[in-house]
Amino acid sequence: MPTKTQQDIDRYARDLNPEVYTSVYGGTKATTEKRHDVLFHDYPDPDLLRRTAGEVKQHTLENLDTYLPKAEAALKANGAQVHFAADGDAANRIILEIMKANGAKSMVKSKSMVSEETGLGHFLEDNGMKCLETDLGEFIIQIDHDHPSHIVKPIAHKNRRDIAKSFEREGLGDYNDDPATITRRAREFLRGKYFEADVGLTGANFVSAESGRLAIVTNEGNARFCMAATPIHIGIVGIEKLIPHDRDLALFTSLIGRSGTGQHLTVYTQFINGPRRFGQPDGPEQMHVVFVDNKRTEVLASNCREILRCIRCGACLNVCPVYRQASGHAYRSVYPGPVGAVLSPLLAGTRFPELADLPKASSLCGACNEVCPVNIPIPDLLLRLRDKAKTEHAGRAMKGTPPMGMYGLLASQPHAWRAAMTMGAAMNLTPNAVMNIIPPAAAWNSCRQLPKWRGGKFRHWMKERGKN
Amino acid sequence: MTNPQRTVPAPKKVQLMATCLCDAFFDDVAVATVQVLEYLGVEVGFPADQTCCGQPAFNAGDWKASRKVVRHVVDTFKGEDPVVVPSGSCAAMLFHGALLEFENEPDLSEVKQLANRSWELLDYIVNGLGVREWPGSFPHRVSFHRSCHLRGTCSGPAAMNLMKSIDGLELATFGEAEQCCGFGGAFSVSHPNISARMGELKLEHIIAANPEYLVAADMGCLLHLGGIVDKSGIELPRLHVAQVLRDALVSANLLPAA
Ligand code: SF4
Repeated sequence: MPTKTQQDIDRYARDLNPEVYTSVYGGTKATTEKRHDVLFHDYPDPDLLRRTAGEVKQHTLENLDTYLPKAEAALKANGAQVHFAADGDAANRIILEIMKANGAKSMVKSKSMVSEETGLGHFLEDNGMKCLETDLGEFIIQIDHDHPSHIVKPIAHKNRRDIAKSFEREGLGDYNDDPATITRRAREFLRGKYFEADVGLTGANFVSAESGRLAIVTNEGNARFCMAATPIHIGIVGIEKLIPHDRDLALFTSLIGRSGTGQHLTVYTQFINGPRRFGQPDGPEQMHVVFVDNKRTEVLASNCREILRCIRCGACLNVCPVYRQASGHAYRSVYPGPVGAVLSPLLAGTRFPELADLPKASSLCGACNEVCPVNIPIPDLLLRLRDKAKTEHAGRAMKGTPPMGMYGLLASQPHAWRAAMTMGAAMNLTPNAVMNIIPPAAAWNSCRQLPKWRGGKFRHWMKERGKN
Repeated sequence: MTNPQRTVPAPKKVQLMATCLCDAFFDDVAVATVQVLEYLGVEVGFPADQTCCGQPAFNAGDWKASRKVVRHVVDTFKGEDPVVVPSGSCAAMLFHGALLEFENEPDLSEVKQLANRSWELLDYIVNGLGVREWPGSFPHRVSFHRSCHLRGTCSGPAAMNLMKSIDGLELATFGEAEQCCGFGGAFSVSHPNISARMGELKLEHIIAANPEYLVAADMGCLLHLGGIVDKSGIELPRLHVAQVLRDALVSANLLPAA
């Protein structure tokens, strides 16, 4: 039964199309189970691995001022050009400039969350450039003018019937919802585009400070195509993606596939450390790496800095019971789910109050922390942000939450507390109709029944036996 | 969320924090906790000034109000004796949550001192006192809901193993056991639709396993799940692990029946 609610995510979940719910719930549940099977089958102590990876990442973040220049120097030595963007707009402008300087008109783009964050695709289109998404999910998002709802599976909210309809509408063949046919049609359409494009853009999952090597993992091989057929490769990378050494890549590539999709390894794993060298038969002639800050240094200075360890595997989304009920779009931001509930309000900067309700949308069950390959204490960070929202009077966050001032007073005064415990028995006599005038009680009673009040009984029992 | 600093209890003397939920609704759980501990030869003190652990305000984001309550807890539970709590989430509030909200407070060390000797009941019995087997019988099929705040601690496995050692007790496992029941304190009223659906999903899985009792080690979960069960008129009695242990003792005449 639908219940009145004041929080946006709760409303979104309440009104969610049942088909979307089924897609999201089914997909996330299956992936969570696969993750568990693979990880525990492959390693005797996956928790140790998670904790180690978390420590490596934390160490890198704390020494970013050393590792970033190191990566820059290594990349330059490899012949790549390195750019730094303070925010999303700066990143977009740098990329546009690179295109203009080379007379480029079109881009094929591999999946990248940071480009999602900067709104790169739309920015380029607005500036007269063509930009085509080549990841199948992102491609569908693009033709549907939609937004990703998951960081690994952008179309977690769609089923194959939705996709077949989109393909039919776009003239990519008659209605056919066989997944193999859908994939083949997309491949046929996209293949020619790689050759026509002037620029190929990718993200990077990890960047080794030691060698400047970009590690890119995909399951479709499209990132590889974006680099193989175009003369210019641009890598857009959040500064938190650094790791100290090449050898660390073994740990992280092992964890990302197993955690995110339950694969031992993603189908394609590429390491790129520079443009085509003399004597090499193919590959881009120019390579640019754009390191994006976009509030990351602010996050690093905050008490939620651990969130920057995130390697965007999506495991926390998959296991999260709130994400499963609400889907990714409920989070109104680029990063949904538990990681998004922390990261999105932080990346919003001065617009923090607009997203300050996201950390409230969690029962704090801790499942996200338990699966996170870099052991981010997400519940702790959600709690810190709740405190921040309250302290900074972000009204949106507090909606529907009972005020706690009275509780604080009562629970720190034992006499008043004991009296309330005994008097609470009156609740048993209070008709629900009266109770429901108090909003939190109404929300509770709409779907649950309170047990009988028995305040004072235990204390009485303790006292009586003390007398014997 | 384990309590990494905990010191192994030497003297068998503890202070019981009954929790506000047992104080208000579930007095028999608190009674059973005392009986079980006393059976193990533990002397149980009950500071009468105790109220609540501070968790409701902590989770609601009002850390100022919560710290006021935690300071009261620190005052009330002074000394060196372990503080034992029959609730995973309240125990975690003492040994983990309180440390978070006192990070930058001048009295952090006092909060730490309390955190280091705070235990969830089953963790105390199994990992603290070293109890591995339980006498008596409980000839029933039970489903054990591993409350979220027992995650990563030794309490979940501790409770399961101890219950498995009881004669006649049959554990009925169920699907998606890692998922939360949907309570989450203030979350249950601020996000009532999601909270209730999480609870219903959990109950669907549990009911499919056909248990006679639903058992947990946190009355928060059982307040919520029980609330849904009672509202919909399904028959599913709930018990805290302490009550199961107590009933087993009664069956073996190790405790007089109530
Ligand atoms: S927070 Fe952890 S689990 Fe979630 S996406 Fe990031 S790395 Fe994966």
